[in-house]
Amino acid sequence: MTMRSEAVSSEVITAQAIREPSRFEFMRLADFPLVPVLILVGFAVIAIFASVLAPHDPEVGKLVARFRPPAWQHGGSMEYLLGTDHLGRDVLSRLMFGARISLVVGFTAVIVAGAIGTVLGIVSGYLGGWVDQVIMRITDTWLALPALTFAIFLAAIVGPSEMNIVIILGAVYWTRYARVIRGEVLSLKEREFVRLAIVAGLSKSKIMTRHILPNVINSAIVLGTLMLGVVIVTEAALSFLGIGVPPPKPAWGLMLSDGKRGLMVGYWWLTVLPGSCIVLMVLSANLLGDWLRVKLDPQLRQL
Amino acid sequence: MALVEATEVSKHFRTRRGLVGDAGVVRAVDGVSFAIEGGQTLGVVGESGCGKTTTAKLVLGLEQPTGGDIRFEGRDLRALDRAGRRHYRKSVQAVFQDPYASLNPRMRIAAIIAEPLLVGEQLTAGEVRKRVLHLLDLVGLPGRSADLFPHEFSGGQRQRIAIARALASSPKLVVLDEPVSALDVSIRAQILNLLRDLQAQLGLSYLFIAHDLAAVAHMSHTIVVMYLGKVVEIGDAETIVRAPKHPYTAALFSAALPSSPDERREEIVLPGEVPSPLRPPPGCHFHPRCPHVMESCRRQAPALTKVESRLVACHLYSGANGG
Amino acid sequence: MSPRALLELEALSTHYVSARGTRVVRAVEDVSLRVEAGETLGIVGESGSGKTTLALTILRLLPPAARITSGRLMFEGEDLLKKSEAEMRRVRGKRIAMILQDPMASLNPLFTIGDQVAEPIRVHEGASRGAAWKRAGELLKAVRIPSPQTRLHQYPHEMSGGMRQRIVGAIAISCEPRLLIADEPTTSLDLTIQAQYLNLLRELQRAHGLALIFITHNLGIVAKMCDQLAVMYAGRVVEAGPVRQVFRAPVHPYTRALLNSIPRMSDKSQRLTAIEGQPPDLAALPPGCAFGPRCPSVFDRCRKTEPPAFVHEGGLARCWLASAGDTISGVA
Repeated sequence: MTMRSEAVSSEVITAQAIREPSRFEFMRLADFPLVPVLILVGFAVIAIFASVLAPHDPEVGKLVARFRPPAWQHGGSMEYLLGTDHLGRDVLSRLMFGARISLVVGFTAVIVAGAIGTVLGIVSGYLGGWVDQVIMRITDTWLALPALTFAIFLAAIVGPSEMNIVIILGAVYWTRYARVIRGEVLSLKEREFVRLAIVAGLSKSKIMTRHILPNVINSAIVLGTLMLGVVIVTEAALSFLGIGVPPPKPAWGLMLSDGKRGLMVGYWWLTVLPGSCIVLMVLSANLLGDWLRVKLDPQLRQL
Repeated sequence: MALVEATEVSKHFRTRRGLVGDAGVVRAVDGVSFAIEGGQTLGVVGESGCGKTTTAKLVLGLEQPTGGDIRFEGRDLRALDRAGRRHYRKSVQAVFQDPYASLNPRMRIAAIIAEPLLVGEQLTAGEVRKRVLHLLDLVGLPGRSADLFPHEFSGGQRQRIAIARALASSPKLVVLDEPVSALDVSIRAQILNLLRDLQAQLGLSYLFIAHDLAAVAHMSHTIVVMYLGKVVEIGDAETIVRAPKHPYTAALFSAALPSSPDERREEIVLPGEVPSPLRPPPGCHFHPRCPHVMESCRRQAPALTKVESRLVACHLYSGANGG
Repeated sequence: MSPRALLELEALSTHYVSARGTRVVRAVEDVSLRVEAGETLGIVGESGSGKTTLALTILRLLPPAARITSGRLMFEGEDLLKKSEAEMRRVRGKRIAMILQDPMASLNPLFTIGDQVAEPIRVHEGASRGAAWKRAGELLKAVRIPSPQTRLHQYPHEMSGGMRQRIVGAIAISCEPRLLIADEPTTSLDLTIQAQYLNLLRELQRAHGLALIFITHNLGIVAKMCDQLAVMYAGRVVEAGPVRQVFRAPVHPYTRALLNSIPRMSDKSQRLTAIEGQPPDLAALPPGCAFGPRCPSVFDRCRKTEPPAFVHEGGLARCWLASAGDTISGVA
């Protein structure tokens, strides 16, 4: 990179049309994650329309059709495009409904964790004093526990069900939010518009809702997209271990666990397919979260 | 009765350096007295560490004094009940230095300006809107600004919005902490003119803090000169500017930049640095840098004495040395 | 034929081009200036006037998005625009030095004062560490830093703002440059410290025969320190000339309004003249004179054609009101 002055002729510069960026300009940015977004949208569509799209019932199978391989392999058929599992259930249909479970559990857990964590982060950061100390010590203790182990522990207590999983995941992951949001609130507190709100006589709760909350929402959303991947994997892990979403629901993690028995005999589709779905969804969520983080951070913003 | 009366107000901060460091006391404001009259401007000048920002915070109730008292309309701020506090918050507002940090970037202008109205009397949405439009007009901004966001305005315009907001609750006193320092020179005049017009129109009092001496001199009726937490001179603005009595005031005003190359000014260049507020010099805080220092200055802090209609804290005038 | 000036800018232009070529910001446009040896020039402008870009252009320290699109930059008879980066490195610090606004940003917190003051001496003159440190001590003394020998071993955070700014000054003059560019050097300083510092700069200037360029928005500094003055607006020099002349009889309406908008301590009743409107958007300038939309004396011609710089009595003004004089720049 040379600092040498380039004698670019003025004509070149003025001749270039100065055009208004179109509304979809942001999509042409080199770093807009088009593929991840398409993948996630694809999963969402499948999840929403699973009942219409799925060729078979995901929970009931025909034992006579067990362990059928995918259609393109010898022994497979178009009836069961991606093969069947040990109970004769259609893998494709299970994957589709599984997408629904993953996305629903994932989103709900992220929202629950986000709500708890953001509220506690704001309260702790703004009020300070002993409230802050108490909340932060709880957060510290929580964070010291390994998430998965803690989740297993909770699941063992309350028992497996879709609803419980959402609560457990929310309970385990709120601490990440609380930490980050609290940090932001600490610096927001010193900004002059907050001081002016105090001078105007607003109560603490009004200031927290009117001024602090809207300014941390962006971070909460970004954190949410980043956590989505983590939550989905954790749910899959819990289901894999048998303490997540209970059978016969087609959670991907559960499918992985069931499919273990087929690995040694070459029934690869029972594990590789659900595993690939997990990887695709989590990777896409992470890439989207990364992009959002950069886009919404006013300091890094290039637009 | 003055609108605001501060009597021997002090604000001391405790500091601790490191785990085993000695605890220190920063006397940010130390026994300061002044009064702000209705419809008048009190200008505060001083350099870093003089305590002017802390004074502003004390007057605004953002900090509590550790000594002395501040009275608003005759009532001690600390003795106010809920209704009294609410009345105080309505009557005293502020405009700060940074026009970019003073407005919540996620709120519309109408909501920002109307915020002080949220406290206290309940107005209907229609009444609030009318008031917002009236305030925008007062500060010279078009009515359609109400529905825009802060980032659509320039620095000078934002400061006008901040002023409109400060006026929303019809206050009696507005604390202006460096209101124009962050603005371009050509915009400063607009804002200063606006502030003067508003004062005449609405009978407002101002506490005006700025490091631009000429701006303070231009806007103020009375000037307070502070040094390391203490008042060194206080009196009528024009008199002090024309003939400062305290050696620090004289040096300060001579250091102010001339407004034209033809302005002759006696140059008093002070030696040394502004001392740290953690370790103010004993006796008169200014004595190490004072060109007229005497024995008594090292030993005893001078009290404010009346000299020709103003108050000066200097042994040259206090009669202690027959000076 | 006038004697060769120390620094001469001829029709210099610097433009910023956005990554995809959609926006061109004409940060500096057709600027011509002269600085004689030992003289002090004040370049005055508000934010967006292009004064900092001009300073960076002189030192060829522009970011990659900027292009010097035309003009000549003559320093001691040589065109700096034709020099390679390696040659420019020999110019910076040694023949032209620069002081920035924030002294804390100019000093490396991890190195001692001594190291930092000695550095240019070692780089440009190849001096040994011992010799450079000795010179550093002398320089600290020259900028009136008390107990210089102790200070050499201290770190920037142990000094006050005023002292740091002096150290920056010491670094700047360490290799005896002919020209010193100071970009808002006193904005972060207290008033009494500023007075000390400006006096120091004047002393150094007299002692070393230094030419000074002050870049500032503060007309007070110019009134106190400068011989010549150039007022910039929207990237162009709109008025230039000897300081007393410009202050007493400004020609360009912007200069006039600027001078009238500054509160004077001596006159309390004065109503400040405000300049209406907002500073211009450099990427979308109006046709004709850039100051047109805000000018109290604007007329038709101003809106159609940009005025060239008219010379008058040792000064110049880029305004149709001054068209009685001769043009010096062919740009119309």
